[in-house]
Amino acid sequence: MASPTAGERTEETVGDITYVRTDPELPPVAIIDRSPITTKHKIVFGVIALLGAIAWAMIAFFRGETVNAVWFVIAAVCTYLIGYRFYARLIEMKIVKPRDDAATPAEVFENGTDYMPTDRRVLFGHHFAAIAGAGPLVGPVLAMQMGYLPGTIWIIVGAVFAGCVQDYLVLSISVRRRGRSLGQMARDELGTTGGIAAIVGVLVIMVILLAVLALVVVNALAESPWGVFSIAMTIPIAVFMGFYLRYLRPGRVSEVSLIGVVLLLLAVISGGWVAETAWGADWFTLSKVTLSWCIIVYGLAASVLPVWLLLAPRDYLSTFMKVGTIILLAIGILLARPIMDAPAVSSFASSGTGPVFAGSLFPFLFITIACGALSGFHSLISSGTTPKLLEKESQMRLIGYGGMLTESFVAIMALITAAILNQHLYFAINAPTAQTGATAQTAADYVNGLGLSGSPITGAEITAAAESVGEESIVSRTGGAPTLAFGMSEVLHKVFGGEGLKAFWYHFAIMFEALFILTTVDAGTRVARFMLSDGLANLGGPLKKLRNPSWRVGAWSCSVIVVAAWGSILLMGVTDPLGGINTLFPLFGIANQLLAAIALTVVTVVVIKRGLLKWAWIPGVPLVWDLTVTMTASFQKIFSGDPKVGYWTQHFQYSNAKDAGKTAFGAAKNADQLDAVIRNTFIQGTLSIVFAVLVCIVFVAGVLVALKAIRGEGRPLTEDDPTPSRIFAPSGLIPTAAEKEVTKQWEALPASHARSVGTHAN
Amino acid sequence: MGSVTGVARKIGWYTRKLSWYSASLMGDNHYRRYVDLRHRTHPGEAVMSERDYWRMRHAATEKNPQTRCC
Repeated sequence: MASPTAGERTEETVGDITYVRTDPELPPVAIIDRSPITTKHKIVFGVIALLGAIAWAMIAFFRGETVNAVWFVIAAVCTYLIGYRFYARLIEMKIVKPRDDAATPAEVFENGTDYMPTDRRVLFGHHFAAIAGAGPLVGPVLAMQMGYLPGTIWIIVGAVFAGCVQDYLVLSISVRRRGRSLGQMARDELGTTGGIAAIVGVLVIMVILLAVLALVVVNALAESPWGVFSIAMTIPIAVFMGFYLRYLRPGRVSEVSLIGVVLLLLAVISGGWVAETAWGADWFTLSKVTLSWCIIVYGLAASVLPVWLLLAPRDYLSTFMKVGTIILLAIGILLARPIMDAPAVSSFASSGTGPVFAGSLFPFLFITIACGALSGFHSLISSGTTPKLLEKESQMRLIGYGGMLTESFVAIMALITAAILNQHLYFAINAPTAQTGATAQTAADYVNGLGLSGSPITGAEITAAAESVGEESIVSRTGGAPTLAFGMSEVLHKVFGGEGLKAFWYHFAIMFEALFILTTVDAGTRVARFMLSDGLANLGGPLKKLRNPSWRVGAWSCSVIVVAAWGSILLMGVTDPLGGINTLFPLFGIANQLLAAIALTVVTVVVIKRGLLKWAWIPGVPLVWDLTVTMTASFQKIFSGDPKVGYWTQHFQYSNAKDAGKTAFGAAKNADQLDAVIRNTFIQGTLSIVFAVLVCIVFVAGVLVALKAIRGEGRPLTEDDPTPSRIFAPSGLIPTAAEKEVTKQWEALPASHARSVGTHAN
Repeated sequence: MGSVTGVARKIGWYTRKLSWYSASLMGDNHYRRYVDLRHRTHPGEAVMSERDYWRMRHAATEKNPQTRCC
């Protein structure tokens, strides 16, 4: 076995193409292609640009009632192609500068376990499954209260200039640092204070994310025996899969996942039968509080049970369902070609008085849609997990930038499913109980008074809509998941199965979202526990014992702390007299976007340290935009005098009312509810302050380090020295002629040579 | 006739591609890759069984959990 340090770097240029070898005995490991752009290429991209422009004009300027959903798909896809081809390429050439003759962490540390060079197309699927969850499905649905246009623009433009840039650049700096995590990189590049603030920030942000995601599930399943039954069944199905893989047929993952999906479909179908029986309705109709406790107990159990039993099989199911359902929805939208019912821009965009979430378009639209446009959470996947599987540095554009474009597309599809719904129905589902009064008739009266376009709705029509999807009521099913499920059933029943399958598709969609969220809750609780025990161990003393992950008492105590943290916020949300989603969702968005601010700060500092000040605007512009949005939102949440927006104004209003001896005030109908509002607004207001302060510390630390770097002082970069690569793989999705030729040369080698065996399709 | 076998071959090719993709994404062929790696880096040494390989993988996940995004 030759050692990987052997060999000299040689270059051989044929025409516009340079072949780089690190060992004269082996075929080239890298191709540098300087071919000029062909005329055909120019024509193709000219047509894409023109088509995209037409689609954007149709969406933005056609004020008829009949904007077809297909225009959204075309506008999105054309913009993505242009962004990927030109902007991502610019970032690649000016900042990332990938070197395919240098080995990636996956190649250097290959161990067949967590470090494995993986085919780019497989890694793309893997990365996508890890970054896309319920977030891009829920945010756009809630943001629909402002009309479809602002959401569409932010999802597409935000992804191209902010979200994709963050994911791509975080991936690129982590790859050059052995796949280090964001927290570790923050400590290395920003120094101790900035690093600690970043790590604490990540932990606190994670807790609020878990709480809000759990709240979305609770809101979707409460009082819905069908939904509760099918989700409950996922636990025995996952356990069965776990036993199958451990004892019956280890390693047959696709096989067991397929069995799992069939069982899952059976669970959704039989949920309809169970919900109709007296015992089924009796057992599985659960209140929000009971469901919250179920999820809390489940989260705690899942985080301490062995991985193979619940977490791993659930993750397989979730990946399978995610990829499958998203393809299904895309086909459904293209075949059904639904028409928009929502206005381009609603009156709530400027007034800021919408019932779904309070506040005006700037900054709250950009907070509500986080995942799908710019999601800080992705930086935790782009650093850490994905670099350990990457074959070649030049593939990062496809994985990092391309993966996020795909998530943005998922968000566009979610937006379409909400925009095609009758707008009166949309608000009946999404306004909190305090406004709708929870019955079909009071909800109809409420939404008819909102001044929406289109004919008013009757209570009977709302009830009929609920019955069409097999539910007793859909009034105030907030949180986005039921709305998305309703929209998905509208689209999918037209293409697959007709009217008779509408209820099936609704519950299929609910199950699919709840499945993702519960997977995130499992995995997130474990990761947060890990961060917590790591952080506590750093304090020293007896806590040092926590560093040993097999110390069960320590692991369990940290699990209890993490679950108690998100569980109490969840309970606070479900019992909130003001309606949990509209008060907590902004906090979720702010948390996610502040994480993005931390990631973009780290990236910008690295770019400046590398002497690329001229190109620092590429991560710098999204950073400044993101900070402006989140700081404005945090400022309004903390200081706004409008009680609907400002947590503290609301807090003092309610506590003054209590001091004045009142037992009912505003949305609080009795003394207990009054106390609940006072307590909740206090916690929410405090969290807003904590988030904003932590991010300010990270940002200031970043600016100080950057200034030092510009003056030529300060600590050097922590990048690793490159190791010569001894494998080859194409860069883009479709290999070029030169790449195909070199791949053939590698395949002709005897099998004993070091290359990513088993990752190629043949 | 020629076109029928051509279509059949095309379908076969797509099926193989799809099952390779699913196997690589979900993990069916990870053990085979591990065995190949061991043969390359430690020729002649014993390799653990598939059952033990997956125990090792799950133990690794337990020690170093990976996050899933929202």
